[in-house]
Amino acid sequence: MKINIYLFIVTLIYFSQVNAQQEKPSPQNPSTQRQAELHNLLIQDCGSCHGMTMKGGLGPALTPDVLKSKPRKMIEVTIANGRAGTPMPPWNKILTSEEITWMVDTLYAGVKQQ
Amino acid sequence: MKLKLLVLLFVLPLSACNVLRGTGDLGVVIERATGSVQIIDSTKRVALSKVNGLGDLSHASIVYSRDERFAYVFGRDGGLTKVDILKSEIAKRIIQSGNSIGGAISQDGKLVSVSNYTPGGVNVFNAETLKLVESIPATYGKDNKQSKVVGLVDAPRQRFVFSLYDAGEIWMADFTSGKADITKFKNIGKNPYDGLITPDGRYYIAGLFGEDGLALLDLWHPEKGVKRILADYGRGSKKMPVYKMPHLEGWAMTEDYAFFPAVGRDEVLIMDRRSWKQVKKIAVHGQPVFVMARPDGRQVWVNYAYPKNDTVEVIDTESLTIIKTLKPGKAVLHMEFTPRGEQVWVSARDAGKVTVYDTATFEPLTTLPMQKPSGIFFTNRAHRIGL
Repeated sequence: MKINIYLFIVTLIYFSQVNAQQEKPSPQNPSTQRQAELHNLLIQDCGSCHGMTMKGGLGPALTPDVLKSKPRKMIEVTIANGRAGTPMPPWNKILTSEEITWMVDTLYAGVKQQ
Repeated sequence: MKLKLLVLLFVLPLSACNVLRGTGDLGVVIERATGSVQIIDSTKRVALSKVNGLGDLSHASIVYSRDERFAYVFGRDGGLTKVDILKSEIAKRIIQSGNSIGGAISQDGKLVSVSNYTPGGVNVFNAETLKLVESIPATYGKDNKQSKVVGLVDAPRQRFVFSLYDAGEIWMADFTSGKADITKFKNIGKNPYDGLITPDGRYYIAGLFGEDGLALLDLWHPEKGVKRILADYGRGSKKMPVYKMPHLEGWAMTEDYAFFPAVGRDEVLIMDRRSWKQVKKIAVHGQPVFVMARPDGRQVWVNYAYPKNDTVEVIDTESLTIIKTLKPGKAVLHMEFTPRGEQVWVSARDAGKVTVYDTATFEPLTTLPMQKPSGIFFTNRAHRIGL
């Protein structure tokens, strides 16, 4: 029951975010160069807590195996808004929603090492 | 003449194993993405050689044997590697856990300990052989869950002190008898994320992520327990996001003051070392990560969290003002002073280089290409408590 309420709230937050962002002109998928920067950010900076191989550290593991049992939207919302009570910061002031989507796609597919 | 010098420069490092030499001016740079380290020479300001095969080196750190010949490299993947820096080769390597975060070496140099996330606890090894001496699971609560362990340091009298992130405890393991005699300090605060020991080995301080304030343990009087200092230190009521956890290990201490990074705010805080009270704060470029004092205490160098991590600022400890701003390149991760402080070596991960600065003139003396360099460690750490 608790989980349901949590999911409900998370979903609400997510949709309020999406609505807010739909007002803006929607940019295209990240450029190839931006993708390279995001990939570096994922491995090096996210990797500081989640491990460069995404097998976890201070933050939880984010390998495809772990992620497949988790709702995708929850991961997107967590990256955008952070998670209260943990060191996970919100990235929505630094990354666009398209960039966050790209990040999540990459995580679910498995991050290729450079 | 120039050509001769060039030839000499090339030949010297290669012949290093045939020529007698000390290691006091050597150091090691972590290349985090390639699982390699480079051995550096701060007299000639060159990289001498590279050692490969050290595993996942994200958040890797190093301690040195007391003869300054061996570097113990702690990798993220639980790898513990003993590198012979004179021979430039791996002397021994083990995988001691699934996921680790740092390590320490005992006062007598005979024990090396590693703090682990998975399974949560501390493993202690014979420094010579890397054979397991004792495994200390960080169990807590009624269900005996295991906590991630952070902020592991050595303390005088064969002690290791560390913090339990999930449990909110500080443990002191005394190896005087050869086996761990453990004292636990409970309810020290929520989510200690890193710890440091003062250079004199007396005070252990844990930073708390889950609440404001710091936990202080006086190792001269452990019977007095852990007390809270700097009640306002932390993210405050607004809970500012933190893009990189500040590191406490490099806490800069001058005679009167301790300089340390604010959490989630663009400030360096200054505390009176005697009263443990905050006396001043300095507005800086971004969220500080390392706040490091030059060995003579006259300057404090600060680097910053993403996305402001291309900058280093220098604070004058007399006027308490920023006297220099440097741009060593994208993703500055670490700064290490030579033992007497005439140079500082600065790693810029995404720029792929280490820059050596003259700390009197701030001029770059040389730049060395490295692959995703992170931590820089000079051998003089071998003789400093807590490093």
